[in-house]
Amino acid sequence: MAAIPHSTALEDVASRPGGRSIRNSLARWAFIGISLVFLAALLLAPLATIFVMAFAKGVHAYLASFADPDTASALRLTLISALVVVPLNTLFGLAASWAIAKFEFRGKSFLITLIDLPLAISPVISGLIFVLLFGLHGWFGTWLQDHDISIIFALPGIIIATMFVTFPYVARELIPLMQQLGNDEEEAAITLGAGGWLTFFSVTLPKVRWGLVYGVILCNARAMGEFGAVSVVSGHIRGVTNTMPLHIEILYNEYNFVGAFAVASILTLLAVLTLVVKTLVERTGYRRR
Amino acid sequence: MALRQPNVLPGFGLTFGFTTFFLSALVLLPLCALVLMAASMQWHDFVHVVLSPRALGSYRLSFGASFLAAAINLVFGFIIAWTLVRYEFPGRKLIDALIDMPFALPTAVSGIALTTVFAQNGWIGQYLEPLGIKVAYTWIGVTVALTLIGMPFVVRSVQPALLEVQRDLEDAAETLGAGRFYVFRRIILPTVLPALLTGFTLAFARAVGEYGSVIFIAGNLPLKTEITPLLIVIHLEEFDYKGAAALGFVMLVISFCMLLTINLLQAWGRRRHVQSAR
Repeated sequence: MAAIPHSTALEDVASRPGGRSIRNSLARWAFIGISLVFLAALLLAPLATIFVMAFAKGVHAYLASFADPDTASALRLTLISALVVVPLNTLFGLAASWAIAKFEFRGKSFLITLIDLPLAISPVISGLIFVLLFGLHGWFGTWLQDHDISIIFALPGIIIATMFVTFPYVARELIPLMQQLGNDEEEAAITLGAGGWLTFFSVTLPKVRWGLVYGVILCNARAMGEFGAVSVVSGHIRGVTNTMPLHIEILYNEYNFVGAFAVASILTLLAVLTLVVKTLVERTGYRRR
Repeated sequence: MALRQPNVLPGFGLTFGFTTFFLSALVLLPLCALVLMAASMQWHDFVHVVLSPRALGSYRLSFGASFLAAAINLVFGFIIAWTLVRYEFPGRKLIDALIDMPFALPTAVSGIALTTVFAQNGWIGQYLEPLGIKVAYTWIGVTVALTLIGMPFVVRSVQPALLEVQRDLEDAAETLGAGRFYVFRRIILPTVLPALLTGFTLAFARAVGEYGSVIFIAGNLPLKTEITPLLIVIHLEEFDYKGAAALGFVMLVISFCMLLTINLLQAWGRRRHVQSAR
């Protein structure tokens, strides 16, 4: 090759390392700085506020806010509804992921779209559809009233609406995982004479257990924290049909900030726990296998 | 068995049956109730509810603020995803885990927390107040809340796409004399564009329906700071089921359209991925 391009290339390389690394490190710090400021304002400040406000009048006032019977009843109601919703949705998630990941059938993508639907529609609409079915002026309203069954403004309505909003979580966690892991081991087990249940419990379940754990924990956090859908169907009867998020709204609107943020701090800790489990599950590397 | 392809694994009937039964009872039946309730209205009444000035005002706020929030997330979500993928710095893993916080945090909790931070005497609000910027109880507050809600969607969509950008292509382009901006426009952007648009649409779709985190920070004044989901709740509280169903139907149709858009965008992203792998 000619000498001139060679020398300009040398010049270029010689002039480069310093200039390039200064420019790169400037870009690097700009990116990190912008990211941190954005997240600090939008995410960290609100998170810190929850605990600062909850403890604004000391530990004693914080603990005393849980002695309020209405708060205790909201806590109980949230736990009861999660105890019904989470196992049912886990069962659904397992069934749906087995049907979708293990078999090829017509209408599969329609089924997957249906499972994703609650994530795409407004929580208010998720509550509204059940009011239209079971409310006083709804489809079954008169029949339910004649038979003295209350669903809307009562526990069954809260459970049904929560179930609707949270049923995709376990299924969405398990379907891609099962698809990725394939059917080979299950087919081997069946061919060797194992029954369907034995195959499921000793081959499939151990393989997907971490995905299942995260799906269940996420489903639980969303079930306990659901606000919009439950707010539409619950009727806000204090001490009777108020779940924790609804009770937060009432306390906040009554300017009882310590009480509101104390209840909020419990749900925040639940969210933090969910993220810790997610991080641990990802560390086991189940996604990368 | 024309319904499914042959397979030695058992349990199709049981799991498929349970899944379809569960979905029919919990999803299809209630949605039919909504559609039929809206369809049973006189056309005139339906239009009267759906195009009332109050409803139009709520669409303007809901869609305007959601679009703005998704656009903010498009820029900052990309910057955050880039920072997390390309740079190593103390606390990176912690920040990465925190991105999912808006998913896990109940919306009512983020609502009251954001309102407190951005109120006139709040940690951030007190510095914006002298500048004449009022965040809480205005449309700006609505946008802030929707930005928080949508942020994880953009970051989590873009992160895997950025990992796939071929670094050797970037290096090659730079060796050949391309500037940083040229490399971004011709190599990085084409690779992450489907993911960016998917994240944008996901964030937008989620923001349009968002209720819990917005109602605390919005002033909830009719025509000005009232979002569409809140208007549905107000109709319900007045026992105007038909009005609520009409507005719900409009939002449902929009959600379906966006779900379709997301699926098309993801299919586009996969197609490009396959092409580039060849």
